[in-house]
Amino acid sequence: MEKTINQKAWFLVLPVLVLVAFSAVIPLMTVVNYSVQDTFGQNQFFWAGLDWFRQVLEDERMWNALQRQVIFSGVILAIEVPLGVLIALNMPKRGVMVSVCLVLMSLPLLIPWNVVGTIWQIFGRVDIGLLGRTLDVLGVDYNYTQDTIDAWVTLIVMDVWHWTSLVALLAYAGLKSIPDAYYQAARIDQASRWAVFRHIELPKMMGVLMIAILLRFMDSFMIYTEPFVVTGGGPGNATTFLSIDLVKMALGQFDLGPAAAFSIMYFLVILAVSWVFYTVMTNLDKQGGK
Amino acid sequence: MTDRRLPRINIVMTLYLVFLMLPIYWLLNMSLKTNTEILNDFTLWPADLTLDNYRTILSDPAWYMGYVNSIIYVTMNTVLSVAVALPAAYAFSRYRFLGDKHLFFWLLTNRMAPPAVFALPFFQLYSSVGLFDTHIAVALAHTLFNVPLAVWILEGFMRGVPKEIDETAYIDGYSFGHFFVKIFTPLIASGIGVAAFFCFMFSWVELLLSRTLTTVDAKPIAAIMTRTQGAAGIDWGVLAAAGVLTIVPGALVIYFVRNYIAKGFALGRV
Repeated sequence: MEKTINQKAWFLVLPVLVLVAFSAVIPLMTVVNYSVQDTFGQNQFFWAGLDWFRQVLEDERMWNALQRQVIFSGVILAIEVPLGVLIALNMPKRGVMVSVCLVLMSLPLLIPWNVVGTIWQIFGRVDIGLLGRTLDVLGVDYNYTQDTIDAWVTLIVMDVWHWTSLVALLAYAGLKSIPDAYYQAARIDQASRWAVFRHIELPKMMGVLMIAILLRFMDSFMIYTEPFVVTGGGPGNATTFLSIDLVKMALGQFDLGPAAAFSIMYFLVILAVSWVFYTVMTNLDKQGGK
Repeated sequence: MTDRRLPRINIVMTLYLVFLMLPIYWLLNMSLKTNTEILNDFTLWPADLTLDNYRTILSDPAWYMGYVNSIIYVTMNTVLSVAVALPAAYAFSRYRFLGDKHLFFWLLTNRMAPPAVFALPFFQLYSSVGLFDTHIAVALAHTLFNVPLAVWILEGFMRGVPKEIDETAYIDGYSFGHFFVKIFTPLIASGIGVAAFFCFMFSWVELLLSRTLTTVDAKPIAAIMTRTQGAAGIDWGVLAAAGVLTIVPGALVIYFVRNYIAKGFALGRV
């Protein structure tokens, strides 16, 4: 759509600006402030320059957390995106079952995150949980509080349980927007099921899939509550992801300087990756919109 | 036509739904058991069905006020987010102005900001302005990610409304305010519904910020749940019952918007 230039539109954006400035800019400036200063308490601050950044960068702690975080986000994206597409392709076409499936699929999305953690904490316990007990009876040595691999598997399965529906719903929305004519044309060409998927469905889903990947990347990169409830970052530091580490540092140990420096770098990483996604997305939008 | 009467059983879908429902079933199952049964017998359904766990929660203000608190701040946040996002989304969908693209991306960056980064500064900010432990503090804090999201979704819907409608209305002598409320808002009603749904969802499920910003008066239910750990160990039954009760509002909201979810996803850009 052709947009008119109108500088007065700023007034319409003003309420959002004021609100977001209050809830984002002021706190963010506080963080920047802490990241370059040191304190002896009693509100006495002095300039520390880039010392905190250097300290955090030299410390293995952040690198380890970052490494775990990247692996975690990579694994869940690799599972959730294909699985979500598969689920979307298998949605019923019409009838009451569509509503039933949509409602049931959305359910995990609306459960508070710590309750998601609690559900899986209980579900995986060997003494009272269905999953833990079943595995135990089958002879699998499973204990997510002691064993690193088990803890990881539990968290990944939990995340797949929690978020695959979001990808599936988005992919389903993309599929719904494909006109019937495309499928009729494919039938005339006697295209195989795979060819239909590869040349019609996948390109048409690309836009929403990018959004799904962007959202899942951002949210999995900030994951805090669920692993905190289930494993508390353990065993040892095995599941201490970036946010858990940061909260430990900022609110647990009150290491304001390093925590603030950590925050800023953390934010910048997410920002950089998201910007790439966003640019790709808007370009896709332009191609599709014309 | 036959599809309606005989839904075809789809294996992938069925397996997936079973996978989704099992943990929830287990929670429900536990919430209806006594603690003795939970800990001593392993049963697939409650042998000794009891509603005591729910009674404990619904009769104790320390418990049920948590639900009230959560619902108050979630509602406040949803109304606030959608109200400020509406004019902004209109501006982004209709006009070009200085710095519009940068502004739009900057808004989105707030959706990308890890709440963990903001926990401490929020704590200090809201303490210093005397809003600590109030519903409005949590509602304001959650606008951090909900306002950008609402702007994003609404802008997607508004772009779908032809611009000729605006122009015709102005020629007919409508003022901007009048046009916006009387003509434009009804046109994007489903978009507003979808935006409100997502604001509700993200505010309802968030815990890190809402827990950091509250102590007693506005403490959300999700934070109260961490209290079930008593001297005699964790009260599993009550914990499970509290969990089940947190699922209920979400399930209700989904039920009401079920026909709009897919459509909303398609039109909006959540």
